[in-house]
Amino acid sequence: MIPEIGHFALVLAMCLAIAQAIFPLIGTLNNTPSWAGLARPLAWGQAFFLTIAFAALTYAFQVDDFSVRYVASNSNTLLPNIYKISAVWGAHEGSLLLWAFFLGIWGAAIAILSKSLTQEVVSRVLAVMGMINTGFLAFMLFTSNPFERLFQIPAEGRDLNPLLQDIGLALHPPTLYLGYVGFSVAFGFAIAALIGGRLDASWARWSRPWTTAAWVWLTLGITIGSWWAYYELGWGGWWFWDPVENASFMPWIAGTALMHSLAVTEKRGAFRSWTLMLAILAFSLCLLGTFLVRSGVLTSVHAFASDPARGIFILIFLLVVIGGSLALYAWRAPTIFSGGRFNLVSRESFLLGNNLLLTVFCFLVLFGTLAPLVYDALEWGKISVGFPWFNKMFLMVTPFLAVLIGFGPLMRWKQTDPAWLMKKLRVAMIISVIIGLIAFIPSISKGSLLVPLGMFLMAWIITSHITAIIDRLKHKQGISHLFADMAGKGRSYYGMMLAHMGVAMFILGAAMVSHHGVEQDLRMSPGESAEIGAYRFRFDGVIGAPGPNYTANQGKFTIFLDDAQVAVLEPQKRTYLAQGRPMTEAAIDWGFTRDLYVSLGEPLGGGDWSMRLYYKPFVRWIWIGGLAMALGGIICISDRRYRTKKQKSPQLAQTDAANTLATENS
Amino acid sequence: MSDTKPTPNRTRYLIPLFVFLIMAGFLLKGLFMDPRHIPSVLINKPAPEFNLPTLYNPEKLISKADMKGKVWMLNVWASWCVACRAEHQVLNTIADMGIVDIVGLDYKDEPADGKRWLQQLGNPYKEVLVDKSGRTGIDLGVYGVPESFLIDGEGVIRHKFTGPLYYPDIKDVLIPKLNEIKGMAK
Amino acid sequence: MKTFKTVVFIGLFLISGFAGATALSSYTFKDKAEEQEFRELTAKIRCLVCQNQSLADSDAELANDLRREVYTLWNEQKSEDEIVDFLVSRYGDFVLYDPPFKPSTYILWFGPFILLVIGAYVLSRALKTKAEDEEAELTEEEQQRLKSLLDDNNDNQEPTR
Repeated sequence: MIPEIGHFALVLAMCLAIAQAIFPLIGTLNNTPSWAGLARPLAWGQAFFLTIAFAALTYAFQVDDFSVRYVASNSNTLLPNIYKISAVWGAHEGSLLLWAFFLGIWGAAIAILSKSLTQEVVSRVLAVMGMINTGFLAFMLFTSNPFERLFQIPAEGRDLNPLLQDIGLALHPPTLYLGYVGFSVAFGFAIAALIGGRLDASWARWSRPWTTAAWVWLTLGITIGSWWAYYELGWGGWWFWDPVENASFMPWIAGTALMHSLAVTEKRGAFRSWTLMLAILAFSLCLLGTFLVRSGVLTSVHAFASDPARGIFILIFLLVVIGGSLALYAWRAPTIFSGGRFNLVSRESFLLGNNLLLTVFCFLVLFGTLAPLVYDALEWGKISVGFPWFNKMFLMVTPFLAVLIGFGPLMRWKQTDPAWLMKKLRVAMIISVIIGLIAFIPSISKGSLLVPLGMFLMAWIITSHITAIIDRLKHKQGISHLFADMAGKGRSYYGMMLAHMGVAMFILGAAMVSHHGVEQDLRMSPGESAEIGAYRFRFDGVIGAPGPNYTANQGKFTIFLDDAQVAVLEPQKRTYLAQGRPMTEAAIDWGFTRDLYVSLGEPLGGGDWSMRLYYKPFVRWIWIGGLAMALGGIICISDRRYRTKKQKSPQLAQTDAANTLATENS
Repeated sequence: MSDTKPTPNRTRYLIPLFVFLIMAGFLLKGLFMDPRHIPSVLINKPAPEFNLPTLYNPEKLISKADMKGKVWMLNVWASWCVACRAEHQVLNTIADMGIVDIVGLDYKDEPADGKRWLQQLGNPYKEVLVDKSGRTGIDLGVYGVPESFLIDGEGVIRHKFTGPLYYPDIKDVLIPKLNEIKGMAK
Repeated sequence: MKTFKTVVFIGLFLISGFAGATALSSYTFKDKAEEQEFRELTAKIRCLVCQNQSLADSDAELANDLRREVYTLWNEQKSEDEIVDFLVSRYGDFVLYDPPFKPSTYILWFGPFILLVIGAYVLSRALKTKAEDEEAELTEEEQQRLKSLLDDNNDNQEPTR
């Protein structure tokens, strides 16, 4: 019964979505306020029914209702309860339901938090989200129904893929999807602007916090995904340039460019076409990612099961949404004039450079991801574009970006005196170069140019930003007022600082772990030791260790640094009972300066086992950097200026201020 | 100020749409291709040399030269391969029809398991070769099981079936290909 | 067929959870440097079964076999090119993780540079136009501002302390 309620709720949600897509939009075009005013109630209704649907599926998992095909395929009576919850989004149909559910939630969020927006804009944004939700719900109801029943009810479920029985699954898809769906809001704003033919500073001000919020979620999602892959897959890798990873990374790159472009549009009214284009691009890439993951068009260790019929449906959806929005852009964007003149050396010009670099990088990743498909389709042969190529491209673009980041905070809008700029940054530049040169020492650089480069860039970002903070405080009230400044109006400035520092942290982690990491593939007997870097790993044998729904062989490793015991690690080799599937559960001793990582392999007879031992210096800084970026974004959103009450027009606001001043002083 | 400028070049704004449509075209084509499928690079190239023992008589070695003169099919299979079970009935049918000699290559398998498997499911093979190490499979570019090759009288590979053979393949692919190969030989 | 493909797919995916018995552990090398070179070579080759893993990482059966072959050739002092050639002549360009450098893939190798150059060109064009506009308009704008400032000053006299 409950699954049917869930199914019915989906149908109702789709009807509401269709209504939400049509009526508010027509209402704004026809000037029918009653229709336009339907937007918020419809959004509430959608959120309501989608919550019911999601709750229904969650319930089905909790009670082991194997008459629902999706539950039978992804669950098991022995599955721990917490994984029964995350199993809801563990496969194709359920993850679509998660998408739709979040679309409902974001829609409701807009309905609540849009007091300062005009009805016209709210109606249009919600209408666009209604269209998108219609697509997802239709996709579910016609091709991928999570509530489909089995008429021969199995006694036991097939169990959730062991790799997914982990906290990573609980966190990664939800954060990621919140990000994807969040960009539909930015997209909605862009479409609203194109339809309305108006793009002013207030539009940018409204759209900015929503865009940043989406970006924050996506950053978290990707960071968690990378961290999860690192400890779950047992190979110690944290990024593989796998097509599905790229599918999440491309929207992030476009989203980063969008965020920065929005800043220019808000402050200076420039880059309007850019901002619109980037908003469309970011969300289009989210949808494209959905397509790539579910259509079977690209191979990936990560993809859901594929089906050409589903692929065609999503492709049609892409054509309508992306094609439609790009057509609208081509039609309307030329009429939106971009204001704002700026000098060759100014914040705008550097942000333009930033925009361009990020866009180029985004297209490079897209290019590389789709190249095998293109070559195959053109019958130019079957090639693969893998990690090495992407890495080279990444390293070609990102150093320039890192250099630009350093200049960013100090640059003034419209015009910055280059001589003044260089004078300010002289100290930062010198320190960074010195650090870079020090890093040329073989024991640090390990023979690679990339380590000195990375160290230079990291130092550059840090020192240039400290310089900017000092400069800012000198103009405010002095350095001792740092905390007051942080808590007060300067919040978004410090958010930016933190986020940029996050980039520096990431560079540190990536450079160090890539060149200082040690990996050994070994066969060991109990009692034997191996030298990994400066550490000694002693293998202490393997014992049995059963779990709730698996049996396991558990190894024990004692790790020494200069004869002092540093850690004891217990990796496992599990066999899950439901399907007899094997899985490696790596053991990690983590630290801020290094991770020690052990992954158990196969028994080789006589008590010997094969295994992989890793020394991973500074690897945590990759994810700490990601978290710092996300936190920086959150701080920016919390800036007071986004929480003003309903906006009057700027002139009225100024007159208000003048009047207040007048009355105060009389 | 800027109002006096003419409307900027509109075609520039159509580029993104244009690029997207091209990409969508590729995606559409991609839906009907299999990204995991690796086409053989050995088509129309000589088959690799091999000299392998047979399943039922390990002393007897068969090499590429022994197979010259006729068109034949080399079928790579294994007793641990699930898809090979289904394919085996199709192979039995082909053997009964007598349209082409099939030589089996027992790939990375225990001979005892292989023999038992054939006893259960029937033996359509003229000969069964044993490739315990998988080296000949690598030479053939085998990356999955089952796979089948059509080799002509000169020892040149003319066609590769990746994955199991199905009944429709006999009429749709096998017979026309065999005719084509025999036609070329004349 | 679809279910079968799904099962095979998942099965192959999970085989990667195994650490193969003939992983690098059973190969011996002259020294660490050589082992590193071998690892780097196998990292450039694609595992054809678990297709998004390199030969260095994958634990699939075929990967084990191919690693063994590469090791054999390595011990025969074959050069990297010869080993790569061995694999490509059997499996095609797909077996390389990086696309090969030949005419059909020039665009993949040169494309990024071309894109960067185009980007730089767009940037310089945009900045130049902005600067030019700036110079042409500035005087007019300055005059406007001056006028409005003067007007404002006359109209809105803010009380001073």
